[in-house]
Amino acid sequence: MNNTFNLTTPSDLEIVVTRDFDASLNLVWQAMTKPELLKRWLTGPPGWEMVICENDLQAGGAFRHVWSIEGGSEMSMHGTYDEVTPMVRMVRLEKFEFGGGVQIGEQHATAILNEIGGKTKLTITLRYANKEARDAALVSGMEDGMAASYTHLDDLLASQ
Amino acid sequence: MITSERLDTIFTAFADPTRRAILARLAIGEATVLELAEPFAMTQPAISRHLKVLVKAGLISQSRDAQRRPCRIEVKAIEEAADYLDNYRRMWESSFERLDDLLEELKEDGI
Repeated sequence: MNNTFNLTTPSDLEIVVTRDFDASLNLVWQAMTKPELLKRWLTGPPGWEMVICENDLQAGGAFRHVWSIEGGSEMSMHGTYDEVTPMVRMVRLEKFEFGGGVQIGEQHATAILNEIGGKTKLTITLRYANKEARDAALVSGMEDGMAASYTHLDDLLASQ
Repeated sequence: MITSERLDTIFTAFADPTRRAILARLAIGEATVLELAEPFAMTQPAISRHLKVLVKAGLISQSRDAQRRPCRIEVKAIEEAADYLDNYRRMWESSFERLDDLLEELKEDGI
């Protein structure tokens, strides 16, 4: 299944991620939308866990994910849904914050599911306000490094 | 392991369109400050400021010899920066692998 992962940058403002899952569309939709299931796989970088998951799955509804790591650092992603078509697609604005509410970026995310031959294809399109923000998102995608740089940012802010 | 300070300098270096254009130009061969300034309609000091940022990030180097002092791209550093993309891929893929595991569990549970 691993080789079905695909990452492309079709324009200066976008990142597109696709991945096939060996499960029915219904199951993938549930895993992607039910808070108790999201907490089990969307755990963040190594060492982090999702401690808060709120998801009002409807157009205009708000969602909030909060991750924390031992030692107290927190990061969160929150926003509102523009569109939710159950079992088909969801469109939402995702805003990222670190620590005490420091905004570190936002992206407009569209997730689309297609069932093909018993497998489910997930296509996530992330759209940014400008190329700088898109590139920043690509660069910030480090696992350990991401946590490390956030800790660094935390120290930096604390020293101000 | 790349330090977070280094991440910051690379991040800053890539964030500017002029600096990305300079990198693209240097990818095809070394060039002097004057040659780099030409296509951008910028003053030499303005270009020099951009070059300083790129040098600090280790993405380019400026030769000390002679008066021309040509700039060249640091292939190793660029490759290192490209590894960030791999890290970005890995970040997604590690989440998706956990989702694979969860989906298997859910199937076993008959949900």
